[in-house]
Amino acid sequence: MTDTPAPRHIPDRLDKPLSSAIFSWEALLVAVAVAIFAVNSFASPYFLDPWSLSDLTFNFTEKALIALAMALLIISGEIDLSVAAIIALASTMMGMAVQAGADTPVLVAIGILVGLGCGAFNGLLVTRLGLPSIVVTIGTMSLFRGIAFIILGDQAYKGYPSSFAFFGQGYVWWVVSFELALFLTAAVIYWFLLHRTSFGRRVFAIGNNPVAAQFSGVRVGRIKFILFCLTGLMAGIASVLITSRLGSTRPSIAQGYELEVITMVVLGGVSILGGAGSIVGVVLAAFIMGLVTFGLGLLNVPGIVMSIFIGLLLIIVIALPIVWRRVRRERFT
Amino acid sequence: MRGGAQVPPRLQTDLASGLDTTMDTTAQHDLAKEAPLSSGPRLTLSGISKSFPGVRALHDVSLSLYPGQVTALIGENGAGKSTLVKIMTGIYQPDAGTISIDGQPVTLPSAHAAFGHGITAIHQETVLFDDLTVAENIFLGHAPRTRFGTIDWRTMRRQAREVLNTMGAGHIDADARLKDLGIANKHLVAVARAMSIDARIVIMDEPTAALSLKEIEELFLLVEFLKSEGKAILFISHKFDEIYRIADRYTVFRDGEMVGEGLIKDAGQSQIVRMMVGRAVDHIFPQRKAEIGAPVLAVSGLSHPTEFDDIGFELHKGEILGFYGLVGAGRSEVMQAISGITRTSSGTIALEGKAITPKSAADSIDAGIVYVPEERGKQGVVIGLPIFQNISLPSLKRTSKSGMLRLAEEFALARSYTERLDLRASSLSQDVGTLSGGNQQKIVIAKWLATAPKVIILDEPTKGIDIGSKAAVHGFMAELVAQGLSVIMVSSELPEILGMSDRVVVMREGRIASVYDNKGLDAETLVKTAAGIAA
Repeated sequence: MTDTPAPRHIPDRLDKPLSSAIFSWEALLVAVAVAIFAVNSFASPYFLDPWSLSDLTFNFTEKALIALAMALLIISGEIDLSVAAIIALASTMMGMAVQAGADTPVLVAIGILVGLGCGAFNGLLVTRLGLPSIVVTIGTMSLFRGIAFIILGDQAYKGYPSSFAFFGQGYVWWVVSFELALFLTAAVIYWFLLHRTSFGRRVFAIGNNPVAAQFSGVRVGRIKFILFCLTGLMAGIASVLITSRLGSTRPSIAQGYELEVITMVVLGGVSILGGAGSIVGVVLAAFIMGLVTFGLGLLNVPGIVMSIFIGLLLIIVIALPIVWRRVRRERFT
Repeated sequence: MRGGAQVPPRLQTDLASGLDTTMDTTAQHDLAKEAPLSSGPRLTLSGISKSFPGVRALHDVSLSLYPGQVTALIGENGAGKSTLVKIMTGIYQPDAGTISIDGQPVTLPSAHAAFGHGITAIHQETVLFDDLTVAENIFLGHAPRTRFGTIDWRTMRRQAREVLNTMGAGHIDADARLKDLGIANKHLVAVARAMSIDARIVIMDEPTAALSLKEIEELFLLVEFLKSEGKAILFISHKFDEIYRIADRYTVFRDGEMVGEGLIKDAGQSQIVRMMVGRAVDHIFPQRKAEIGAPVLAVSGLSHPTEFDDIGFELHKGEILGFYGLVGAGRSEVMQAISGITRTSSGTIALEGKAITPKSAADSIDAGIVYVPEERGKQGVVIGLPIFQNISLPSLKRTSKSGMLRLAEEFALARSYTERLDLRASSLSQDVGTLSGGNQQKIVIAKWLATAPKVIILDEPTKGIDIGSKAAVHGFMAELVAQGLSVIMVSSELPEILGMSDRVVVMREGRIASVYDNKGLDAETLVKTAAGIAA
């Protein structure tokens, strides 16, 4: 079909035209981020203040931590809609532990382990029973948050120890919050995992063709299980951060976060059909989401309008990459 | 094949050694001419050609169907029978050729158009609607209407009963849901539907494949009935006893070409088998001197609840063991069990004298057995990933270090195998989806070979690829066994089986029917064993 009359020696790669870098999804995200940044700084005189910019990052770091793991999960062709409910359940468990007199290290361990356990539960249901993840995690979304509601009712847990406040409110250096530092560190780790390890390569292979991957000796079930565990783990970590930042637990905590996380992942250029995506894109998308919500906040846009905005953005970012790739294909082939 | 790969005449040696190599198709044509024709053909296809990217499915074929007669269409898997059926039912459009009905040229741009011309097909698995009633199935799309344009249910039921009664199928309740009927009765409904639209041309594509003996008898009564009604019938079957039982005429296809036709009463069974298989060799298979060593793989008593039973064989070092059989004989299923992809109910597999129980493809690859699957696009290549990543995928353990990718190793691995297989690509970072079928097949073979296995199982390694790539694959197989690798080759192509194998295992209906040494072995024996015809 398109076979070239072959050189006997096949080069490893061809030099890509500069235009392919300029028209890459990541380049577009950078341009969008710069544009929103510029608009924000014109819209409000307070925006360019370092502390103001630091506050901005709290808008996305918790969700973005989950988005890192969710990106791998979506690339592998699965999804987890229960992440916000995992946050609620983990936070509730931490609240119960506080009532029982637990101290900070125990609280952190509980938050992380509950998250990991919930992720493993999702993973078992999907890989062992062969159920579609979208159905499983819609179910566990209700299940996990339902447990939180049963335990808490309309009450709230308070009285977290003061040392626990560091995770969500502390700063490691000047305006750099612990949350931001943790997110950037995690981003580097996930970038390495996805793009530089054989594990990451297998994730891409599964997302593009699970059957061929299995035939090629990839342990598809095991890798998907690990990805669900990682997503649960990140939700557990996010739960620690949010609970620490708010200083209290209500069963409605982190309501609707799963949509923002998925929006972030898809905006970052990860194919909702699986098989393609990059961590760099997801990180850029996280900053864009933060800039936009913070900008709208500066303009005193009410929360309900923000949720409309998130909904619209989700639809646009799912449609846009598909249209974008179509345009690119016409352009470069 | 594109651009008409002309084969020099001297290479056109008849493969079926020991047979009458001067077998000429002209004699068959003469027979057809002598045949007394009560009337002209109802349907005539002439000069039909159809190609798909990289594959020539049909080349200049002709077929005539006569009213009140059954014509059997005979050919190996891949001979082009299904493509022809799809052209006749308006699903595919021919690249060239004409179709005429009662002497009038027609076009069949859609399934609906074919239906309108009275052409109907009864498939192996009926394409009817399980949740509708028998009457609804019979009259779907042409139900009798009332004055108000609504469906006239009473008339529809009455007519359905009438049609079923004339066919001698009065036992079928017109109000029953189709899903409550057995497969044989579903066939009856399909025929009733053909009757109700006044179909004049009925295509039966392996209708007996899923039927019991008694049901087959009933189906034959039905075919007799259709004949008496003056329908022109095309009957496709692999089973010779059936063909001799009910067909009046035959047409033989081989490699997408029509190689013979005539009256069935004038043709002997072996004559037809010879036409099916006695093809000219289209390329030379590599000469090699087999140096068969000690047994490498020993399989015994391998069974699966539904797919195969009591499979036992040995594979030696440096040997190519061919597996021949009809589609559905269970060959791929056995190979997938050996390579850990499916589970078995009992039996043992021993590699170099050590019993292994692979629970996944990963296990068998680690042990040294690799399976190169038949379905290239679905099971073989990962489209979306570049060439080098496809090749390194089963070998990632070796090309990476402590879980970290080493691209230089991956490129080196990919380069060495793609160059040995003469891959045609512009770069190793090209998406495999952009390659032709033959080059994708090279990637598929390269990726499993790169794991340095002891046993490689190739399932239909040259299915649907062009001649040049075929030769490259065959040459490479010869190279592999010369290096001491052991090869199992599942193939439905007789020249390939005979040209490459040291020994041939023939499977039939999930069991090993026979094992032959490939010395003086002829195609006819294999086909007869595979089809269960007494030699």
